[in-house]
Amino acid sequence: MELTGAQALIECLKKEGVDVVFGYPGGTVLPIYDVLYNEKKLRHILTRHEQGAAHAADGYARATGKVGVCLATSGPGATNLITGIANANMDSIPMVAITGQVGTPLLGKDSFQEADITGITMPITKHNYLIKDPEEIPRVIKEAFHIARTGRPGPVVVDIAKDAQMKTLKNFKYPETVDIPSYKPTLVGHPKQINAAVKLIEAAQKPLLYVGGGVIAASAYKELKEFAEKNNIPVTVTLMGKGAFPGDSKLYLGMLGMHGTAYANYAVQDADLLIAVGARFDDRVTGHLPSFAPNAKHIHIDVDPAEIGKNIRIDVPIVGDAKNILKEFLAKVSCKDRHEAWLAQIAEWKKKYPLSYKEGKKIKPQYVIERTYELTKDKKVIIATEVGQHQMWTAQFFTFKKPRTLVTSGGLGTMGYGFPAAIGAQVGCPDAIVIDIAGDGSIQMNIQELTTAVCNRLPVKIFVLNNSFLGMVRQWQEIIYDRRYSSTNLCANPDLVKIAKAFGAEAFRVTKPTEVDRAIKDALKVKDRPVLVDFVVEKEENVFPFVLAGKPLNEMLVD
Amino acid sequence: MRHTISVIVENKPGVLARVAGLFSRRGFNIESLAVGTTEDPNISRMTIVANGDEQDLEQIIKQLYKLIDTLRVFDIPKDREIQRELVLIKVSMTDQTRKEITEIAELFKAKIADLSEKSMVIEISDEEEKVNNLEKMLQKFGIMELVRTGKIALQKGGTK
Repeated sequence: MELTGAQALIECLKKEGVDVVFGYPGGTVLPIYDVLYNEKKLRHILTRHEQGAAHAADGYARATGKVGVCLATSGPGATNLITGIANANMDSIPMVAITGQVGTPLLGKDSFQEADITGITMPITKHNYLIKDPEEIPRVIKEAFHIARTGRPGPVVVDIAKDAQMKTLKNFKYPETVDIPSYKPTLVGHPKQINAAVKLIEAAQKPLLYVGGGVIAASAYKELKEFAEKNNIPVTVTLMGKGAFPGDSKLYLGMLGMHGTAYANYAVQDADLLIAVGARFDDRVTGHLPSFAPNAKHIHIDVDPAEIGKNIRIDVPIVGDAKNILKEFLAKVSCKDRHEAWLAQIAEWKKKYPLSYKEGKKIKPQYVIERTYELTKDKKVIIATEVGQHQMWTAQFFTFKKPRTLVTSGGLGTMGYGFPAAIGAQVGCPDAIVIDIAGDGSIQMNIQELTTAVCNRLPVKIFVLNNSFLGMVRQWQEIIYDRRYSSTNLCANPDLVKIAKAFGAEAFRVTKPTEVDRAIKDALKVKDRPVLVDFVVEKEENVFPFVLAGKPLNEMLVD
Repeated sequence: MRHTISVIVENKPGVLARVAGLFSRRGFNIESLAVGTTEDPNISRMTIVANGDEQDLEQIIKQLYKLIDTLRVFDIPKDREIQRELVLIKVSMTDQTRKEITEIAELFKAKIADLSEKSMVIEISDEEEKVNNLEKMLQKFGIMELVRTGKIALQKGGTK
């Protein structure tokens, strides 16, 4: 079969099972877009900014578990993907970003719309490629998808010179298998390490599972649940681990860390054994590192050996796939101790220090989230968030019970992520109710994607918790900088309802607590276009608990 | 502590940038770096001398392994190391000092690579310490230019 490089690329994507590409055209991807013009099986979603395409591919990947694909032209197109690629990299999200590059004779000559995208993305990708010869396309695409989805997943950039897209391949054949001698992730845990872990777990009196996004990436929800329940071990999760364990379980402690629950943080500081699964001891989780979990031995399960021992000394490291290892734990661990005293202690903390907020005349942001949960809990719901206070309140007050139901920027903390990611999630899961819980700051960062949602009749809901502030930064300024609200007052916000309507979305504003339920119900009824609800909330509400950066977890501010 | 790290990589474009970039962004200092192909032309070997404690070393080795093009990484233990460095030293010279410089070079088993009226280029390939000593001995004559390749190293014995 004789194909051009561009045709070969599209064939490769289809062979990989890609059904949608989020992208934006331009000079150096014209050959690819020309192939897409007649393409029936591969859907292309035109975003209104390349950053939107990258986040949409990321949101699609998080919601579906498949590799997300985005496409952009060279130079500014490619650099606009950067934030989205870095975001996927920090949260280990499988993504393939395809960029056009100037033709090979123009490479390295500061040509029009030339940017060294493989050079730029080196530190923010799992791997990247520059293709100058069309014959390389099938092998590289095969490798790119393999690298993106296996081991610790992550983004891979494939930069394709324009002439390589236009030239013909002699014999197009998509490889069946991948052979990268230098890339063989360890998936099975070392038996000696597993046995050592089993002994520690069985001997522990106050064990605690500390669970991160790795459990979701490894599809180990079932194994984790069974293991924790069988051995009566409580579970705390990171932001990325939300949904990895049922949020309504008795064993569930919620999130730990900077804005974690008091009881999760107390449990961490008191535990005698911490079993970290697919989590990476991030600074937002540990607080002051030397005083993190001071009484605990540590077992660390991770598919990425570089995470083990990076931040904290580990007693029993196990490199491998979380699903495999939890399966082994399930078979081998049988705790005689039911940890009753430990669980009773935790229950007491839960009772004494629950998550709470004070009701007032104005709408409390936490209340909107609680009501959103209550009114959608029997339905298939995916929550996306932007970054800031609303994100932390979502983590605290929405009960996540299943994996892949929270789409949020954890590691990079990207404002403007949530809405395009929600679009990606909605494309990947057309049956789900997808809600982007946003702040008034974040939503303005990628609001142009309303057009994308309107054009594609995507009924994404945007719940803006509008406090006319960059709330999280304002909170830090209030507590640490003596209320000097430098550049955080967004009093000149536009009318978001009018803006949404101008884009062709449904939109309304809510100002009273009594109107909240009605507004949520009305929003859920909209099925053929996006809907923005502008919840005008209490302006200076704070997120508590709050462990100041660099402080030990048990020294938290609770109000 | 100083470590000699061997990094065996696929001989592909950009691989040097990947390795060097990794060191800089993770805050590890490279003292010297030598790269060349191996017995297999598709594979290159980088010999990197870097400073750090055991934990730094473990982390940098793991991070190097994460690069897709990296095949193998190892820290060569001091007592198992065969190491060489090639150095060219241009020394200023007069009729009066020529003899003394030549004698020093001979004592170090160094070669005279070039000779002009006012200078001499001395070539030495040896262990780092010897090279340093030679440099010290030549300083008083005036070193005009000096270039070092950076250390290359293999492990002694039959293992690869």
